[in-house]
Amino acid sequence: MIREPLLLFASVAFWLVAWFVNTRLVRIETRDRMAATAINLAIPLLFGAALLALWEGVTRGLGVPNVILPPPSMIWERITSSVPMLWADFRQTYLKAVISGYVMGCGLGFLAAILVDRSPFWKAGVMPVGNLVSALPIIGIAPIMVMWFGFDWPSKAAVVVVMTFFPMLVNTVAGLNASGQMERDLMRTYAATPGQALVKLRLPAAMPFIFNALKINSTLALIGAIVAEFFGTPIVGMGFRISAEVGRLNVDMVWATIFVAALAGSLSYGLIALVERSVTFWHPSNRRQ
Amino acid sequence: MLMTRILPIASVIAIILTVWYGAAVVLNAPFERAAAERAGAEISFAEVLPKTMSQERPVLPAPHQVAAEINKTVFQMKVTSKRSLVHHAWVTLSATLIGFVMGTVLGIVLAIGIVHSRVLDRSMMPWIITSQTIPILAIAPMIIVVLASVGMTGLMPKALISTYLSFFPVAVGMVKGLRSPEVMHLDLMKTFNASTTQTLWKLRWPASVPFLFTSMKVAIASALVGAIVGELPTGAVAGLGARLLAGSYYGQTVQIWSALIVAAVCAGVLVTAIGLVGDLVNRRMGARA
Repeated sequence: MIREPLLLFASVAFWLVAWFVNTRLVRIETRDRMAATAINLAIPLLFGAALLALWEGVTRGLGVPNVILPPPSMIWERITSSVPMLWADFRQTYLKAVISGYVMGCGLGFLAAILVDRSPFWKAGVMPVGNLVSALPIIGIAPIMVMWFGFDWPSKAAVVVVMTFFPMLVNTVAGLNASGQMERDLMRTYAATPGQALVKLRLPAAMPFIFNALKINSTLALIGAIVAEFFGTPIVGMGFRISAEVGRLNVDMVWATIFVAALAGSLSYGLIALVERSVTFWHPSNRRQ
Repeated sequence: MLMTRILPIASVIAIILTVWYGAAVVLNAPFERAAAERAGAEISFAEVLPKTMSQERPVLPAPHQVAAEINKTVFQMKVTSKRSLVHHAWVTLSATLIGFVMGTVLGIVLAIGIVHSRVLDRSMMPWIITSQTIPILAIAPMIIVVLASVGMTGLMPKALISTYLSFFPVAVGMVKGLRSPEVMHLDLMKTFNASTTQTLWKLRWPASVPFLFTSMKVAIASALVGAIVGELPTGAVAGLGARLLAGSYYGQTVQIWSALIVAAVCAGVLVTAIGLVGDLVNRRMGARA
């Protein structure tokens, strides 16, 4: 065991060294693609590691009470020692509430957009309202949904449905208008039916917008489900865990749950981004430089 | 204007209200039927209908009930009263605004740093972007409770949550904005022998203003959500979030809905105000409408 003040100095020193190494790393100019990728990865990773080391050093070196900020090593210990509990929470919140709500909300938003798109009148009415609703604190409907659908996951899924519906609707409608007039005229000269024009031209052109909504919604859905659990839940779930353990001042457990939430959030975002790349391979932002 | 803008929006709102009334009848009718059955009386639909519109604790309050409650708690009550929604809205709004201003300033400062330092850019930018994919709002209850344990209560903890929620969109938007001047313009500044500060002040900053207002709209909406969620774990003392929680504890659905509508109006007003200021500033700076 290293003496505590020494730990503080060691972590600050590590931070400084990492910073210095990074200042050198950014100056390296290389044409090798592999090396460039490696450097691009190494810089933020080194920075993150230095941040963690500083966190560890400051909390343990200065004797910060664990109630205020536990050191990362303690959080990691907690994560590894309570995997079954974290998994049960993850299953309740993510696998049940988030995924079902996300699929339903995005699906409904998409269908509504296709319907609305048929009429310029309704489009003119739905777009401003949808844009406004997207900015509202929809999360507030959580207590109402808990009253209607009970304590278990369906009420959380309902909150997620409402939260994800409007971004999907607005983005899809915008995306369906993204194809150029010339391309649409071409479809007309081919005597394409509206359905054919939709499937072959306008939906593919809308894909970047739709994926944008899917990405926004993946974060929104997780937030919605977690916050909805603050309003009432059975004794399992990530939101329940956070509010219950905060009440008992078990802050390391809260951090462990937040770690799982962060992991789930960035992994689902990454997954959607991967699918996007293969679907919208034609888009300029995905072409190789 | 009337046919293309107002009429479609009015129709959409009319449809929403109709669906709302219909749902209120359907959802509230079982309670009246059960009450009549307990009293041993047959009850016709014509008798049920008016009763569903005026229940004490309806499953779904009718719009006019919510309107009446808002009228009572907003306009009929003294602003200083603990039961006045204006009082509660102000509690939430003050935290939102303080947090929003702090978050925006921080975001701008960091963005300026990132644009000027390659180390900062390469080591922090990936983390800032990743942070957008994780449900940061989940930390809110912990911040409130931890700060309360060191003696910080009231406005500041909520404002801090709003700060970090509004910080990320502004930082990301401003990095984009400060980088938006074309290479030609930057080269021109170089030929003028402009210093970094001059380039920042005379070229980068003006170019970033449209980006600033766009990201500020996102930021203030999430700052409001942050302040509302920040009011949940303190045991519902004051604020719109507290009204939501208290309403869900005591089954006061009318109270929940009116708090929700007021929160929605606040969000709408804030976002619209920023949009208007943004338009004004952009026009003064000579942007084409």
